[in-house]
Amino acid sequence: MSGTGERLAMEALRMQERERIYAQRKRVNQIGLALSLAAMAFGIFWLLWILWETVRLGLGGLTWATLTQMTPPPNDAGGIANAIYGSFLMVTLATFVGTPIGIMAGIYLAEYDTKGWLGSLTRFVNDILLSAPSIVIGLFVYAVVVARFKGFSGWAGVIALALIVIPVVIRTTENMLSLVPAGLREAAYALGAPKWKVIMSITLRAARAGVVTGVLLAVARISGETAPLLFTALNNQFWTSSLSEPMSSLPVTIFKFAMSPYENWQQLAWAGVFLITAAVLGLNILARVLTRTKI
Amino acid sequence: MTPPPARPARSGAWADRLFGWAAKSAAIVTLGLLAGILVALVIGAWPAIEKYGLGFLTNSVWDPVAGEFGGLVMIYGTVATSIIALVIAVPVSFGIALFLTELSPAWLKRPLGTAIELLAAVPSIVYGMWGLLVFSPVLSTYVQQPLQALFAGVPYLGALVSGPPVGIGILSAGIILAIMIIPFIAAVMRDVFDVTPPMLKESAYALGSTTWEVVSRVVLPYTKAGVIGGIMLGLGRALGETMAVTFVIGNFNQLDSLSLFQAANSITSALANEFAEAATGLHQAALMYLGLVLFFITFVVLSLSKLLLARLRRNEGGRA
Repeated sequence: MSGTGERLAMEALRMQERERIYAQRKRVNQIGLALSLAAMAFGIFWLLWILWETVRLGLGGLTWATLTQMTPPPNDAGGIANAIYGSFLMVTLATFVGTPIGIMAGIYLAEYDTKGWLGSLTRFVNDILLSAPSIVIGLFVYAVVVARFKGFSGWAGVIALALIVIPVVIRTTENMLSLVPAGLREAAYALGAPKWKVIMSITLRAARAGVVTGVLLAVARISGETAPLLFTALNNQFWTSSLSEPMSSLPVTIFKFAMSPYENWQQLAWAGVFLITAAVLGLNILARVLTRTKI
Repeated sequence: MTPPPARPARSGAWADRLFGWAAKSAAIVTLGLLAGILVALVIGAWPAIEKYGLGFLTNSVWDPVAGEFGGLVMIYGTVATSIIALVIAVPVSFGIALFLTELSPAWLKRPLGTAIELLAAVPSIVYGMWGLLVFSPVLSTYVQQPLQALFAGVPYLGALVSGPPVGIGILSAGIILAIMIIPFIAAVMRDVFDVTPPMLKESAYALGSTTWEVVSRVVLPYTKAGVIGGIMLGLGRALGETMAVTFVIGNFNQLDSLSLFQAANSITSALANEFAEAATGLHQAALMYLGLVLFFITFVVLSLSKLLLARLRRNEGGRA
């Protein structure tokens, strides 16, 4: 009798102990998951705060004059038309210079050299360039272009931005091409098409949406880049279409104006920040919509 | 995938060769870019390398007027801000990745993931301006001043929060860097968490594990290399970030105190502020030297990141 009682008591104790451990595990789980939720909220919080301030301070300063007049001297009315134009010109040219190189190198990685040493090395180097500090690209272009031709110029800015486009485009082109089913290629080969034709009119066409996405992302990236322009294109207070002169750009103008103590310059900088953020986020969202519907 | 065996040359053959050659040279241009950057930086920095050697890295005097240059202050600033950024960003990114892979309802995954990715797309100049004009005043009023009042007279802790109450310095730069690298680390963590075989996770759940236990004892050990790779990627980003840091670090070339609110300088902000104005000669060479140091550090960090991520992928292939 007493033996059974003891066993029951011990069983009850063990049950209690198990319940306690179980409750503790549940508590740890709840704390962990609550923290995870908090982390998510933390991330979203910054995005919303930054966007809110950008819209609040930027939209207020945005007038027609902002878009049509030249950058003013301190405490004078004006706009950022020359900076917008300079950015537009340099970003467009850099995209046209960088994209073909990026797409061709992406084709090489996806279609010619998927396993060889040159392909692997290029892939490795490209991933490093993708995250390398952009200011170092600026230093490189300064040393190679600006120092050689004795002067800051729009062309130097274009080259610096193009060098940033290349890795982004290579990455997306390669990824998108390797998603194209091998059957498509084989079918084209079976019909007797030469390799270049298979690539140009079958694989590249099948991966079109993805490649365009990569280019859009690259444009978004360089639209906001400041560091590589600081000592290549420098800045210019006036309107210029000549790429062999220093050229103003939106990010560099924002940098200069935001760091200044002048009220009207800061106002213009906020307007510029609003324009850049709207353009960059718009391009990013467009790129996402494109890939979602096509692939 | 495999092209057909060689046939007698036809009209298309030369076009084929030309195309292959063009693709190959584009890849070689990319390789050459990295080599070119290294060579250009070494040549540009040579006068400074010749004069100071490796002592440049431990000398804290930066005096363009007297023509004496040492990089310790900037290197310290770069490393300190990046470490603060990692301390904040790593746990937060882990939480976000955990939320996106295990907790979030399916319909929320996409919009929340996109929102985090957009955080990465915001140009750094926007972070910088927001940091200087919006965030720093807030940090000063609600964090720095209360801390200074609290720790006034306390040794060490008091020194850690001393400094003019403007909210500019190492800590604000670190916090803004953290916000900027969270999306990169979180995205890599989410992706590597997703490659954990469902079988492993389901087995753990079937044995009665809680979600937290599955993540911390099954998913995390399985994806260890990838997670570290992601953190390294974030570190590489933080080390090389220019504009955001330049706005809020204060650009102060002396290392007076170890206070978190001390205005300081980083490699990137020294370059951004001084390079265009620097006279050719030793000043410019010293700045190039700094750029070379930065490139070398980020190269090592990013290579490690890449190797770790590649190792995870290889393991993945082996076990599948």
